[in-house]
Amino acid sequence: MIDTGDTAWVLISAALVFIMTPGLAFFYGGMVRSKNVLTTIMQSFFIVAMISVEWVLIGYAMTFGTDINGFIGSLDKMGLTGVGMNVLENGTIPELAFVAFQCMFAVITPALITGAFAERMKFAAFAVFILLWAILIYNPMAHWVWGGGFLAELGALDFAGGLVIHILSGVSGLTLCILLGKRKGYGRTAMIPHNLPMTVLGATLLWFGWFGFNAGSALGANALAANAFVTSQAAAAAATVSWVLAEWRFNGKPTILGAASGCVAGLVAITPAAGFVAPLPSVIIGLVGGIVCFFAVAVLKEKLGYDDALDAFGVHGIGGTWGAVATGLWATTGINPDGANGLLYGDSHLFIAQLISIVVAYALAIAGTYVLYKAVAAFMETRASEAEELTGLDIVEHGERGYGRSVMAGSPMLGSFEDSSEMLANTVMNINAQKG
Amino acid sequence: MKITKIEIITRSSKLDDLMQALNEIGVLGMTVSQVFGCGLQKGHEEVYRGKKYDINLVPKIKIETVICEVPVEKVLDTAQKVLRTGSYGDGKIFVTELSDAVRIRTGQRGADAIKDIPGERKK
Repeated sequence: MIDTGDTAWVLISAALVFIMTPGLAFFYGGMVRSKNVLTTIMQSFFIVAMISVEWVLIGYAMTFGTDINGFIGSLDKMGLTGVGMNVLENGTIPELAFVAFQCMFAVITPALITGAFAERMKFAAFAVFILLWAILIYNPMAHWVWGGGFLAELGALDFAGGLVIHILSGVSGLTLCILLGKRKGYGRTAMIPHNLPMTVLGATLLWFGWFGFNAGSALGANALAANAFVTSQAAAAAATVSWVLAEWRFNGKPTILGAASGCVAGLVAITPAAGFVAPLPSVIIGLVGGIVCFFAVAVLKEKLGYDDALDAFGVHGIGGTWGAVATGLWATTGINPDGANGLLYGDSHLFIAQLISIVVAYALAIAGTYVLYKAVAAFMETRASEAEELTGLDIVEHGERGYGRSVMAGSPMLGSFEDSSEMLANTVMNINAQKG
Repeated sequence: MKITKIEIITRSSKLDDLMQALNEIGVLGMTVSQVFGCGLQKGHEEVYRGKKYDINLVPKIKIETVICEVPVEKVLDTAQKVLRTGSYGDGKIFVTELSDAVRIRTGQRGADAIKDIPGERKK
């Protein structure tokens, strides 16, 4: 029986989640150097289109079709065959509303990965890799957790995608950035964000869209949706505060990039838990999430030396892992009778299921990304050459530039591909190297 | 008549005052560029997600003017009076003698290329 209120909320939520991916494009776009702003935005924007087509053709069928042995959906819903005007099974909304809502999740997940390999991957190889990744890694994982697969049977809980979206994309990003190698000059030349206001605008769109992401995952306009809405806001806010305080304490200044990163970290952390935990634990989940992600980005990355350019792993991988653990700690059937009780409510079954599902997600992301990357690299050039990196991928890959004038000096850039802000930054680093 | 180029590198904030003072002593033409430099004045530190960068290159302006009628010493005195604050970062003035100059519009050479043509400049 279709409920009009529920249907309206899920459709609006789908639109909210849609705007997260262009928002992510701005979030990432502001953090790269100006010569790579377009390629970074293009990757997310193109994914919206490419994966939406994939989703209608086979993605929905693979994820939510009739379960085959707990591993994958049968293809009987390929091309949305037979979905028609049906009511969602056990739901109060049209199945097509669910198709639309889930489509946006399938879209944003691979887009999150792009932050890890920013500024160096060739567009053609990127498109092929992402398409294969969506089909062969995302769809099965989403089926395992949400489509009646074996992790759902095991009792793992993932309200809006901590495992399926954030761990999977973050860990895949880490794997891919290691396979691709560091950007030319990483660690020696300055690679600083070229437009932080754009990044903050992107983070704001992400935060806004996340209400659809988490509260929409209740699949109804009800108390559970309101709970997810409040826990999301509380965790995002708490993580913003804790990230800023942590960096203020350790780096001396509270930064807007830190605040923008903190809110995303908090939202990532609360995602799997939003519909299972009460508001008060969500504040703790956010506070810890902000600090853990700050250290992952500021300390862990530096120590291990991988070039996760825009911290897809540091924020989504680490934040998602913490969120999945936290769900196993604070989930309570008092909030969601369809959920389970976590460790702090006296039941260890959920907590163990969460740990197992985290391991499964890491294993799938690492192994899957490795195999897909090697397959793509066997017949395509995956990364830009040194000269191409120096020129910037906007010109090399797309034949256009983001800005008619150099942002730094305001000087016209007729005929010159050099990025003056990068030139300046490099000079700064060279001087430092000479002194040091 | 000698042609002398005076190059002043100093704080961006002083540009308006300097231009006005030079105008008052008859130096009317100049070229101004935004430049970056390092010296005794310290830069600042920037931190992005925990990664620190020392920005040692400080933004400055460079004023170039070529004179022949106005005495060099008068220009140097005027510039110092306006620009000196006593702190690191006030900048430097360089003086170079030039061998020739061309006014492209008329083809005039040497000092004639530098001198104001009477009546041409509306004040």
